[in-house]
Amino acid sequence: MIALEKRAQPSRFWTFATPLLAVILTMICGGLLFAALGKNPFETIRTIFLDPLFSEFAWFYRPQLLIKGAPLVLIAIGLSFGFRAGIWNIGAEGQYIVGAICGAAVGLAFYPTESLIIFPLMIVAGALGGMLWAIIPGFLRVKFGTNEILVSLMLVYVAEQLLASMALGTLRNPDGMGFPGSRNLSQYPSAANLEIIQGSGMHWGVVAALIAVIFAYIALSRHVFGFHVRLAGQSPRAAKFAGVNPAALILICMGLSGALAGLAGLFEVAGPAGQISIDFNVGYGFTAIIVAFLGRLHPVGILLAGGLMALTYIGGEIAQSNLGLPLAAIQLMQGMLLFFLLAVDVLTNYRVRLRRGKPA
Amino acid sequence: MNSPLLRLSGLTKAYPGVVANKDVSFDIARGEVHALLGENGAGKSTLVKTIYGLVKPDSGTMTLQGQPFQPPEPRAARAAGVAMVFQHFSLFDAMNVAENIALGMENPPPQREIAAQVRKVSDQYGLPLDPDRIVGELSAGERQRVEIIRCLLQDPKLLIMDEPTSVLTPQEVAILFETLRKLSSEGTAILYISHKLEEIRTLCDNATVLRLGEVVGECDPKTTSARDMAELMVGSKLHVPEKADKPAGDNVLTLQNLSAKAPHRFGTALKDITLEVRKGEVLGIGGVAGNGQDELVAALSGEIRVAPAMISYQGRAIGQMPPNARRKLGLLAAPEERMGHAAAPDMSLTENAVMTAMTRQRLTSRGFVHWGKARSFAEGVIKTFDVRTPGPANAARSLSGGNLQKFVIGREIMQAPDVLVVNQPTWGVDASAAAAIRQALLDLAAKGTAVIVISQDLDELMEISDRFAALNEGRLSAPRPAKGLTVEEIGLMLGGAHDMEVAHVDA
Repeated sequence: MIALEKRAQPSRFWTFATPLLAVILTMICGGLLFAALGKNPFETIRTIFLDPLFSEFAWFYRPQLLIKGAPLVLIAIGLSFGFRAGIWNIGAEGQYIVGAICGAAVGLAFYPTESLIIFPLMIVAGALGGMLWAIIPGFLRVKFGTNEILVSLMLVYVAEQLLASMALGTLRNPDGMGFPGSRNLSQYPSAANLEIIQGSGMHWGVVAALIAVIFAYIALSRHVFGFHVRLAGQSPRAAKFAGVNPAALILICMGLSGALAGLAGLFEVAGPAGQISIDFNVGYGFTAIIVAFLGRLHPVGILLAGGLMALTYIGGEIAQSNLGLPLAAIQLMQGMLLFFLLAVDVLTNYRVRLRRGKPA
Repeated sequence: MNSPLLRLSGLTKAYPGVVANKDVSFDIARGEVHALLGENGAGKSTLVKTIYGLVKPDSGTMTLQGQPFQPPEPRAARAAGVAMVFQHFSLFDAMNVAENIALGMENPPPQREIAAQVRKVSDQYGLPLDPDRIVGELSAGERQRVEIIRCLLQDPKLLIMDEPTSVLTPQEVAILFETLRKLSSEGTAILYISHKLEEIRTLCDNATVLRLGEVVGECDPKTTSARDMAELMVGSKLHVPEKADKPAGDNVLTLQNLSAKAPHRFGTALKDITLEVRKGEVLGIGGVAGNGQDELVAALSGEIRVAPAMISYQGRAIGQMPPNARRKLGLLAAPEERMGHAAAPDMSLTENAVMTAMTRQRLTSRGFVHWGKARSFAEGVIKTFDVRTPGPANAARSLSGGNLQKFVIGREIMQAPDVLVVNQPTWGVDASAAAAIRQALLDLAAKGTAVIVISQDLDELMEISDRFAALNEGRLSAPRPAKGLTVEEIGLMLGGAHDMEVAHVDA
């Protein structure tokens, strides 16, 4: 008979060991899945987890890691504050889209003027756009007690429609011969989010993500705001007693996560994506939720988890093209990762005991 | 009468890591009111559960009326004539009294018959109870009567009562004792579990004291002082808080018609509370739980905001101030619920210290927490209040209830408040720790702090209060000097004076 016994203290060892264990379990079960699909499991796992870093084409894939990882980390950092405080912003995808639209609109409004001020203005507009989009569910929760999970999620679909209308209407490239999509911002030097070092994948979004990690780390470990966020998540009543204003905390956490998601959208649209198009969003906002939890809502953990997630994206693409693995199998494996993480999470707070006989 | 009704010999029960009962032996005679005394964790519950058939002993035997007695389940114990009234009632709110009683029977007779029996027993033993009333509308005392009558209908030879007076007003206690005396005079033995020593002294014929699972003494409570019994329970000399007489100080906190809506569905609204608290006094506020205690603490701590003029502190209207602004002024509070309200269970003691002490102890600068300073403050609390823990890095939930209580109260006291509000400061705390907490509160008052103690333990309030007031359905009685208050007067204050049932029995 297996029994779970609550630990007096969360285990420090397992706090760090569970993500690793989850990755290993994912590799094992993913391998079994790939074997069942008729692929060599070892080769597939190697292709997904190692080839992007060490294969002969790694020079091409490594910058891709930064490009894919940066938005994930940036969004996940923002989400982690809300998640720690028990505020569930599920709609980062929508905030990412609106941030991209607002930032791109500011850039396009200046076209073709060249000025150093344009890119900073776009950054501000992107952050504000994402923030306002996230404040909507926050405000509705504070004022009317609506569920922020539902409202933020539904606003993703509103944002997708908005994106389509922008790509087809307001922001469409006047010189684009009627094709949907805006002007390409990467061809407009003042508005382009260019690589800081050519060929490295290091663009301003990567810098922003690293800065966000550092700020989040300091805020959570040293600042009263981070302390109140953690307190509110663990014991809402104790937080109120300690003087935390729950309404303000909801608005701040929603606004913060929205702003970072908006920034991620702006850096994407001005850099790797280049333009506002109908299929501009590729699900970073949703994947970032997995990244946030995979990183245990800890800034450094999120940095590593973002890297790992980007790895499976790129490795997955390689596996698709080289080994003919279906996309669904790769998505299944990404899902497994979160599933195993949540499952082994129980080890942090509980001890597994084998008991003989029936329980008392 | 020579052979005892129930004889326990050598009962031992061990759980993993702890021996709950170790070689426990004593006798209960017919018609005897026998007290079982001991601190939390002394093994009282395990022992009565053994007698009631809920726990199987590892070794040892019991004999009931000379016959071997080893009930495999409560049903067998009831059939043998053992009945038990639990501390927590098991009644359905939506059903009436007779229906609730029928539910506990093996082969219930028709409702009308039960109702008639209930009326008969309730008359016979002076326990006023209408069998047709819905349980949800009954007071705690009346609910307890339902449980007692349920037991009496089985015509028990031994009635076990677990902490029966913790929810009762003094008048209700008087009614209960009258009933128990009558039962005992008819030959029913009563095993009475309590830690209220004065009650045991008035009611019981014999007392067995348990400490750490072992019988450490037997005594005649009528001739043994409460202090001696307490020392037997604790196993060491008990420090009795000392209160110095002092003149009344200046007025520091004023409540003027303080009213607040109930914060949630099961809360109590505060109605027109008017009160003046003076420097250096201990104001005791009594009342049965759920009469507005939590809400009053919340209104004072700042968790519930009210109109500014309803609360004034040294002449300043502060009814709308948030908690930390009040702390800065010197008004501190410690709520009743330790886990999740006064402390965050999963956070370390250092973090829990930061929770309320950050403003007054200057544990932050420009929003950044000085963890080193916070740690030494937490260490100070742990040392001064003898909190048993390996260190401030441990999570609050790893502490026992009493130790966490010492930490939570100590955290506020160490901040040198001008006004301190505490709710149930010694709830679930063992006798020596409780005495230490009370002494610390008295010492604080001696230094000029106004201390408001909200408690359901009247003995505690009478021991430390200068003035006493009672909360009843969100209203506060006018405070009166605690010295010289009689139990009857306190009972009338607690019951709100208008809807008491005292006349049924000549107590």
